[in-house]
Amino acid sequence: MKLFAKLAVGTALGLALLTGTASAENIKIGLVVKSLGNGFFEAANKGAQEAAKELGGVDIIYTGPTTTTAEGQIEVINALIAQKVDAIAISANDPDAVVPALKKAAQRGIKVISWDSGVNKDGRILHLNPSSNELIGNMCLKLAADHLPGGKGDFAILSATSTSTNQNTWIAEMKKQLPKYPGLNLVTTVYGDDLADKSYREAQGLLTSHPNVKVIVAPTTVGVLAASQAVKDAGKIGQVYVTGLGLPSEMAGAVHSGATKQFAIWNPIDLGYSATQLAYRLVKKETDGKPGSEINAGRMGKIKVGDNGEAAMADPFVYDAKNVDEFAKIF
Amino acid sequence: MSIMTADKQSVRHIPDRLSTPIGRLLGSWETLLAAVAIAIFIANSLASPHFLDPWNLSDATYNFTEKAMIAFAMTLLIISGEIDLSVAAIIALASTAMGAAAQAGFQTPALVGIGLGVGLLCGAFNGLLVARIGLPSIVVTIGTMSLFRGIAQIVLGDQAYGGYPPSFAWFGQGYMSDFSWWPTLPGFEVVTFEMIAFVLFAVVFGILLHRTTFGRWIYAIGNNAFAAQFSGIPVQRTKFILFLMTGLMSGFAAVCLTSRLGSTRHTIAAGWELEAITMAVLGGVSILGGSGTILGVVLAAVVMGLVTFGLGLLNVPGIVMSIFIGLLLILVIALPIVFRRIRSRASA
Repeated sequence: MKLFAKLAVGTALGLALLTGTASAENIKIGLVVKSLGNGFFEAANKGAQEAAKELGGVDIIYTGPTTTTAEGQIEVINALIAQKVDAIAISANDPDAVVPALKKAAQRGIKVISWDSGVNKDGRILHLNPSSNELIGNMCLKLAADHLPGGKGDFAILSATSTSTNQNTWIAEMKKQLPKYPGLNLVTTVYGDDLADKSYREAQGLLTSHPNVKVIVAPTTVGVLAASQAVKDAGKIGQVYVTGLGLPSEMAGAVHSGATKQFAIWNPIDLGYSATQLAYRLVKKETDGKPGSEINAGRMGKIKVGDNGEAAMADPFVYDAKNVDEFAKIF
Repeated sequence: MSIMTADKQSVRHIPDRLSTPIGRLLGSWETLLAAVAIAIFIANSLASPHFLDPWNLSDATYNFTEKAMIAFAMTLLIISGEIDLSVAAIIALASTAMGAAAQAGFQTPALVGIGLGVGLLCGAFNGLLVARIGLPSIVVTIGTMSLFRGIAQIVLGDQAYGGYPPSFAWFGQGYMSDFSWWPTLPGFEVVTFEMIAFVLFAVVFGILLHRTTFGRWIYAIGNNAFAAQFSGIPVQRTKFILFLMTGLMSGFAAVCLTSRLGSTRHTIAAGWELEAITMAVLGGVSILGGSGTILGVVLAAVVMGLVTFGLGLLNVPGIVMSIFIGLLLILVIALPIVFRRIRSRASA
């Protein structure tokens, strides 16, 4: 039905004549995504539309290639340059290959930012990360403490591989911030290699070898799902909890079974909202987006631009029994 | 045979309509494509106020120039009854080789040489397997498609090669007005290097296919390879040369694309083999071999470029664009056949 509607738009080239020039004075922001038809980006678009409505006089052009290729994104960028949009906010398929096209956009006065999946720093003014390593580490500890009565008890980490850059950074942050949660005691860290079966076995092993462990924290979507299953299969629901970073669509079952009360991951709606806010402020020249500047991002508060022009949006968003089903439909 | 034709001629037969040269021109595939191109051009300029901007049109040509360069060589290959599905993988391998060389400190002329050289070698490998050993080209090139891109993937992993010398960027991003001898007439400043390469290659391949003995051989082989063999045409050598040319053009496209992107990843040019073949088929080249023209492919390239850019200006999603190209392909191929059916039924 939706596809049919889009098809009708595509074939009726002439019709667009009537609508093409309707809103000439509005600020046009191109929201370029990795590929269309992906729930995560559809949700980001929802957030962008929300921001546009709130700001007023903003048109969001939600666009992207069919397949996740840099070449496809460049064609999209060229089309946006040709339409003389005011800003481009891109989640890039390739941090390097889109740079020449984005530089051309910048030369023609278009404000370029990247979000979600970044662009090398010559190609954009700033990059919006959904969160920061520090905030993610802190959130993992907070989730663990929330699952323990009085925030006191033993917990273990189930990670991806021992060489995964992201996970290792987050675990290091967790260790650094552990003193903030005096009740928490990290017993051990095991590695499931981001494989479902290995993660499952490692979680099983944890349950038997460390009976005192009351919470398993898995900062990986594969691990958190496998550990939830292991806890459920071992009949330890209510005694041992699993938490960490997971996808709502995969984790909804674990939330309902009680293997986990809550987990976290970025919220794509907030991400699209914030990217639109930042692009708008840049177009309006309220900020230059240089490292050190603080940019107003509406309901998300102020977002600070750090080194290399990288900005962190917020804490990872917490999902629980109340909201997981709603987001499970999105990603 | 001669008796039969004599008999036929003796029966007085007045055709309903003589096929005049003008009539033939109007009914040709190229005319149809040109009409489609003009229609899309007009529709685009009506649909978007940004379409008729020389700089925008100049940017739009990048949507088809590199793919068309491969499509020209592919056209010759398809007319001869063969096909090369590994062209996009050759781009990936050639680009990876250029990236590695750039890291090692090689300068622009050497990089271009390496890109073309790798393309040529890959083409030679395909040609050897098809023309010497006699394997079917579709099987060979499905294999080399994985092989060439596989090598690129092993070398690069999830990394990217960058750091090309600044002068290397000119092939994919440069304008002819960078030369002092280029005329400073209005409209000339937007002409890119790739446009000139596109036109030059169109002329070269057009002459090669339509004005040389070699070109006649290609048609003869495509129509009946056995008959061609018995007429003294070096069938295998011709096929080998065609694979070499396709490899070389893929290498050239790799130079342009790598220069335009300024970096190399193993996924570079993913899916381009089908786009190049689509261009050739849309241009009227029979996928079974034996017929087709370069002019048709030039027009098909322009049509595809105009359609993708025009729909892009209207922010039509890529999925719908693919559907549009698919429908266009079926329509352009089906229309002449349907018309012929109707006409033959009417005359019967």
